[in-house]
Amino acid sequence: MISRARTAAFGLRVRLVLAFLLVAAVSAGTTAALTYREARNALLETAQDTAVTSFRDQIQLMGFGLPIQSEGLGDALREIARKGKPHPWVVFAEYGSIRASSGTSPVSTVITPELRRSAAANPNGAFQRVVKDGVPYLTIGMPTVFKAGPGGVLPSRLVMYAVMRMTDEQLNVDALVTAARDGALPGLAIALVPALLAARSVLRPVRELRQAARSMGSGRLDTRIRVRGSDELAELARTFNESAGELERSVEELRQAEERARRFASDVSHELRTPLAGMLAVTEVLDEEAGSLDPDTAKAVRLVSTETGKLAVLVEDLMEISRFDARAAELNTDEVDAAEAIRKTLENRHWTGERGVRTELPDGTRARLDPRRFDLVVANLVGNALRHGGTPVTVRLRTEARSDGVPVLVTEVADSGPGISPEVLPHIFDRFYKADAARTRSAGSGLGLAITLENVRLHGGTVRAGNQPGGGAVFTVEIPLRAEEAEG
Amino acid sequence: MPRVLLIEDDPSVREGVELGLRRRGHEVRSAATGEAGLAALGEFRPDLLLLDLMLPGMNGVQVCRRVRESSQLPIIMLTARGDDFDVVVGLEAGADDYIVKPARTEVIEARIRAVLRRIEDFAQGPGGGQGRAAVEVHGELAIDRAGLAVTKSGRQLALAPSELKLLLHLSAAPEQVFSRQQLLEHVWEHGYHADARLVDACVRRLRNKIEDEDGAPRYIQTLRGFGYRFGPL
Repeated sequence: MISRARTAAFGLRVRLVLAFLLVAAVSAGTTAALTYREARNALLETAQDTAVTSFRDQIQLMGFGLPIQSEGLGDALREIARKGKPHPWVVFAEYGSIRASSGTSPVSTVITPELRRSAAANPNGAFQRVVKDGVPYLTIGMPTVFKAGPGGVLPSRLVMYAVMRMTDEQLNVDALVTAARDGALPGLAIALVPALLAARSVLRPVRELRQAARSMGSGRLDTRIRVRGSDELAELARTFNESAGELERSVEELRQAEERARRFASDVSHELRTPLAGMLAVTEVLDEEAGSLDPDTAKAVRLVSTETGKLAVLVEDLMEISRFDARAAELNTDEVDAAEAIRKTLENRHWTGERGVRTELPDGTRARLDPRRFDLVVANLVGNALRHGGTPVTVRLRTEARSDGVPVLVTEVADSGPGISPEVLPHIFDRFYKADAARTRSAGSGLGLAITLENVRLHGGTVRAGNQPGGGAVFTVEIPLRAEEAEG
Repeated sequence: MPRVLLIEDDPSVREGVELGLRRRGHEVRSAATGEAGLAALGEFRPDLLLLDLMLPGMNGVQVCRRVRESSQLPIIMLTARGDDFDVVVGLEAGADDYIVKPARTEVIEARIRAVLRRIEDFAQGPGGGQGRAAVEVHGELAIDRAGLAVTKSGRQLALAPSELKLLLHLSAAPEQVFSRQQLLEHVWEHGYHADARLVDACVRRLRNKIEDEDGAPRYIQTLRGFGYRFGPL
């Protein structure tokens, strides 16, 4: 199935599962992200607040005397550095051109100019989170004030800075992320189960529908689907069943009508056969006696005799056609020499020699044929060629490989007449088709080519009509050399 | 001239065929039912039976079987093409030939003459009858071409005309293969487009009478796709 290959890549199941997973992933991701953000902020803020408050307290406890001297400043800074909360910190002081720190280098590389600016502008200090070389730091800047008498403070130009590594918080946050990830993946895996279940609950009815449709297509019109539940798919199944029922009914009606028409044709021809058998048995008597009767009576008698003969042919043809229609036609094959068979057909009908039927029949071509039916086919085509075409009529026989590689026996009957007009060609094998509107009744029954077509089909072959480039009609019969391979 | 008994239920066909044949010089007796026909057999003693397959009451196939129980009278069935099954059943029942209705009298008479043609003509068969022994022995079969009798292990066999002709024709040229169409032409004198089932049915009937019960046919052998031959034994 081509369509299967196409739908399999992005079928309903895959799309449903993907949709489910996407929803699950989005919800898990959103939840995790929100949780992460909140938790991270809470963690960091707690740490920040603690750090900023304790730093401020430490500075206030310290109290700095003026003028600032760098010797004492170092000790003071180290004093503050011991009291870092929640983590150890390194303390820096900046006063004009004086730089001091509790650490090894007097100037921090982590403190940014922005912090310096905002710390100088903000009496309550400022802080900033900085990530340097993959390590997160909290930096705090705090301007100091001097007590100038009771209740008065004066800002000094001394700004204190604390730099604190926030690795623990980072670890906590990382743990959060890991937890979110580890929770999300099993969550997605678990989401697969309802996704597959949902896909199955949708797909099973769909698959049943497809199988049912295919089964209907192959002619089993009594196919029905089990309706489960009352959802849209059940509704679909119900609709399908109703439509199938309707279709079955109308096809059944058509079939019955066709069957009646067939039976009628068959019954009529059967009924006609008996009186004809009696009439045909005595036509000879009429023909013999006609000579001794007065002209009018003789004419009438001859007419009855002639028309009885034609009627017998017509009824025989009608019965043949109704047997084809009822698929009751049997193929009684025998292995025969095709050239020999055609020669016999022409001989039996006295179409040899002076009647102008030329033959190109290579000997030794053996084929499985129904000799009686093949005889009828050749006789009908040659008879038509002699009647409607023009002499010489040529019958050619050859074998060749059909386009699908099947070896076929090709029989060609060509005449030298005016050919078949284009508007007649498509209908030439129709029953009772009048190729010539002026000719009210053909010499034959009007069923000859229709029967020929059916006879060839019964052999699994084809027959087609056309015109030769040089003028004249040509009928080509192709019959598979091994008739067992024929279908139907 | 041959004496023909016609069993046919339809009056127009019965009268028409009877009239046609009588004009050609045949002596014809007709019956409307199988039972009446069987009754007429004894006293009319026909040379040939023309038998309609579709009869009310006892049908043609049953009549055919009944006749074959006691006599080798040539039988030609009247049938309609398309009742294919009936044709085969009728042939199996022992009919020698069949005619499709409706048929002209000349066709009917040609078939009658073919069935009745002196069997001696066939004894001369391919290869000619000259210089042959009066009785040929093939295995357990003894074929008397002059006396037109066949015995198997000394027992006389009752062969219908078509069966005897077929056997004589095949055995006249042992081991030569004849296609069904050739046999139809030589034994039945049918045209080329005749029905090969005639041959097959006749071969089956003949085998039932001359072959041994068990195993493959010895005397009349089938060559798939080609036809039949007598022997080799």
